[in-house]
Amino acid sequence: MTDQVTVSSATQPRRAISAKIVQLQRRPRIGETIIQVVLFFCGFVSIFTTIGIVYVLFQESLSFFADPEVSLSEFFTKTVWQPQIGEFGILPLVNATLLTSFIAMLVALPLGIGMAIYLSEYASLRLRSTLKPIIELLAGIPTVVYGYFALTFVTPALRDLFGRDTVSIYNNLSAGLVVGILITPMIATLSEDALSAVPSSLRQASFGLGATRWETAIHIVVPAALSGIIAAAIIAMSRAVGETMVVALAAGASPNFTWNPFQPAETMTGHIARISGGDLSYGSIDYRSIFAIGLVLFFVTLILNIASRQIVRRFREVYE
Amino acid sequence: MIPSSSTGRLPQGREVNANVARRQRYGKAWEYLLLTSTLLGLVVLVLLIFNIVNDAFGAIATQSSVEVESLTGGRDLEELSQAELIAILEAELRSRVLRNLEREQPLVEREQANLIDLINTEIVKPEIVAIYPLNRFLFERSAIEAQLAAEFPRAELSFKSWLSGNFITNPMSSDPLKAGVRTAILGSLWLLSLTILIAFPLGIGAAIYLEEYKNEKPFDERSSLGKRANALITRAAGLIETNIYNLSGVPSIIYGILGLAIFVRALETITSGSIFGGSDTTANGRTILSAALTMTLLILPVVIISSQEAIRAVPSSLRQASYGLGATKWQTIWNIVLPNAMPGILTGTILAVSRAIGETAPLIVIGASTFIVTDPEGLFSKFTVLPIQIYNWTSRPQEEFRAIAAAAIMVLLTILVTLNATAIILRNYLRSKRVG
Amino acid sequence: MTIQESKYAIEAHGMSVFYGAFRAVKGVTLGIEKNRITALIGPSGCGKSTVLRSFNRMNDLIAGARTEGEVLYRGQNLYAPDVDAVQVRRNIGMVFQKPNPFPKSIYDNIAYGPRINGWRGSKSELDELVERALRDAALWDEVKDDLKKSGLAISGGQQQRLCIARALAVEPEVILMDEPCSALDPISTLKIEELMFELRQNYTICIVTHNMQQASRASDYTAFFLMDRQDRAGQLIEYGSTDQIFQSPRDNRTEQYISGRFG
Ligand SMILES: Nc1ncnc2c1ncn2[C@@H]1O[C@H](COP(=O)(O)OP(=O)(O)OP(=O)(O)O)[C@@H](O)[C@H]1O
Ligand SMILES: [Mg+2]
Repeated sequence: MTDQVTVSSATQPRRAISAKIVQLQRRPRIGETIIQVVLFFCGFVSIFTTIGIVYVLFQESLSFFADPEVSLSEFFTKTVWQPQIGEFGILPLVNATLLTSFIAMLVALPLGIGMAIYLSEYASLRLRSTLKPIIELLAGIPTVVYGYFALTFVTPALRDLFGRDTVSIYNNLSAGLVVGILITPMIATLSEDALSAVPSSLRQASFGLGATRWETAIHIVVPAALSGIIAAAIIAMSRAVGETMVVALAAGASPNFTWNPFQPAETMTGHIARISGGDLSYGSIDYRSIFAIGLVLFFVTLILNIASRQIVRRFREVYE
Repeated sequence: MIPSSSTGRLPQGREVNANVARRQRYGKAWEYLLLTSTLLGLVVLVLLIFNIVNDAFGAIATQSSVEVESLTGGRDLEELSQAELIAILEAELRSRVLRNLEREQPLVEREQANLIDLINTEIVKPEIVAIYPLNRFLFERSAIEAQLAAEFPRAELSFKSWLSGNFITNPMSSDPLKAGVRTAILGSLWLLSLTILIAFPLGIGAAIYLEEYKNEKPFDERSSLGKRANALITRAAGLIETNIYNLSGVPSIIYGILGLAIFVRALETITSGSIFGGSDTTANGRTILSAALTMTLLILPVVIISSQEAIRAVPSSLRQASYGLGATKWQTIWNIVLPNAMPGILTGTILAVSRAIGETAPLIVIGASTFIVTDPEGLFSKFTVLPIQIYNWTSRPQEEFRAIAAAAIMVLLTILVTLNATAIILRNYLRSKRVG
Repeated sequence: MTIQESKYAIEAHGMSVFYGAFRAVKGVTLGIEKNRITALIGPSGCGKSTVLRSFNRMNDLIAGARTEGEVLYRGQNLYAPDVDAVQVRRNIGMVFQKPNPFPKSIYDNIAYGPRINGWRGSKSELDELVERALRDAALWDEVKDDLKKSGLAISGGQQQRLCIARALAVEPEVILMDEPCSALDPISTLKIEELMFELRQNYTICIVTHNMQQASRASDYTAFFLMDRQDRAGQLIEYGSTDQIFQSPRDNRTEQYISGRFG
């Protein structure tokens, strides 16, 4: 802008408005339409992804089960998975997945919820603003790094603690503990969101009756946020079930039907990673088996996710 | 919550003080417990970093099959003249080996450094007999030395940083001393850029659709066909939204399976580049392009959800102001909504991308190479990435490989930190540029 | 144009507005006279904003909102199927209750409208347009030294005048204002009222206000709305010159309202 423009245009006669030709008719805006169509298809990519996942998993699983060596009932009941001798019972893999996930939840639930309560109910603003980034940092570390940690730090520590004869080099305990560490930030942040969403009027009401901070937290805030916390736990469970790198590195590389956490046992994800990491020939029964395992994994995690989402929905309704 | 006594009355007088004090103590105890669990997170982080640094630096004990001093009569190799070096080579090497070397390049024409190299690799042959992590090297030096003296009397103990310039610029090798992450870094960068290039527009596009166009009725409501078409589109938009949430919970390895079946196998002619004429035929669709497409699908839900949040955070009063001035929908989105949402979109996207750069499982499944020495050259190259190298080296039993795995982890974490710092700086820059 | 010149800029005929199934406004028939200021008054929730927004199809942006009846602008029904909402808003501008400058510089705030509407002209011509808009909105003297300053870094009253200037820059024929002074102090309010008076020469103005004094001193015509007890739909109770409405209202509900007995 220049200051030279000194004539006040406001005083100049404006061109007569009535002379203006007013055209209100819609004119085709081809550009806008094209943009809308393109954007719609951007969104539709996600539908294609889902269709792709379901189609691929079912298609290859079908040909897996069509193989004479495989039977559907044995797949879900047999406790031996040894493709070399034609044994395809998924139970050892499921068993190891459950074991590692269970150990993980044992670690992550108290830790994560403890962190969440501390951060939302106790921590000063300053402490909170230093602790939260650390938790987020933990969440951002690649899982393969946690795998390294499990194998080179936690396992040796466990072996020193319980004896080298009891704890094998690859074992479910180490994998489970580290998966637990890995999902703790998730539980902590999601639960903290749920706790912070509880209206502060509830807290004030409780304090007003002479309750301590802890009593308020445990009797008022946590129950009010409970569904959010449960949803966080379920979604973290789903994450633990689907976690691959830690178990691939630390849990062992052979299917083994055991509940002993000191023993090696391969999980569903670990098995998929190992089998496909080798030189797979397409169309072989090994190749197809990963799709069948993938299908089971997909449904387990899908159910957990839907359950979690459903709980969160209910929770929202309560608050609106 | 307040304990009532058996006669049914509240604490009175002195009792109140005691009661409150007891409850406060109880609460305090819990507070410390909770604090402990929070600090445990910090402890884990410290242990993790300690563990990696401890392994990436340390000491090695090397032992040569022939002592340099015995060859040179106590002098350093560097002090010797070219003729003396050649004399040593001719004296120590078998004639067949010598002949091969002469055929490659006559010894007399070789540089001094080259000759020294030859003596080191062909005659001295230093070999690692033991490696030690940093903490033992620093604090248990004498114990280590005693042990070494007993087992390998000729061995030499020296400090070793596995993370070094050479480690970053060397290609993959089966010798842990020579192996580097150059190929993997380049692979990761290729994958990263390509994934951003595909996922960014797709994700933001989908987010814009879901936030701004979902309720739009593109077809004429007065005709029954148009009405039905509109209903269909509305339904699709709802479906897309729930679907995205469910996809965000699908384990990454499933995306690997999808990528393997679709991008690597079904679309092999495209992803291997054979449809576009000559390319690296050995890749068989296990290319950077396949990997980037798989990664795109993997991070898309996160990109969409965080972009949606950023778009939603733009005050609707700004949109209204723009519409009030006669702006079209797209003009409003492009000029008002996107610039205001961009800091948030970028932060979310970069976080998603840094997840992609650390992802390993899907790339194992789609068949990233674990051993290649050639740099990736384009979309249709075979590739490896840092996490794959880390996985590969960690899963080997030799300690040397564990050590270079730790070094590779440090490289990976550095890239991640850089990426996140960039995100924060970029966000702050964009925020400050948007006056106000 | 074959349609004969009417004295009204906008005419509503039997207009009803629905939000989903809820009818917020029913059967409004009202003319907004050219180059005059018309005030819409009435108790909260009676549908003043709704009526105002339906004059430039801002209600289109609310999911589920629907308008019945006719709103004529230059003889054309704004809700005819082939009428484009963007074109409508280009001619009928709007100023909102809360100042909502874009987080851009003052200059860019004003240049935004011309730019998106396909401004053809040189940079210096655009400069002139910006200056004219700012002068017309009585803001020029206060900001002329720092047009690069953020539109958010000025006072609330200045922000609102900036929003008015922004609306003027696209040269609309009608300006709709929804409680433009409710977030402002009395001095700023007065400035905007004076401004409206100036603008009246060139523009038609329709303003929603809760402030009776403002309606009585700053408008030429007044329309009084009230919510129907039964179906909670707003309706037009009385319309006339401001003097008539405030001095001799015909409907006793109007009288009760302006004398502050309910609402
Ligand atoms: N976006 C909307 N969706 C649904 N109902 C709405 C919406 N906006 C307004 N309403 C309803 O329409 C009726 C009229 O609202 P409107 O905002 O027009 O009132 P108003 O006269 O402007 O009130 P105020 O003086 O408080 O601004 C109210 O009952 C309100 O609840
Ligand atoms: Mg209103």
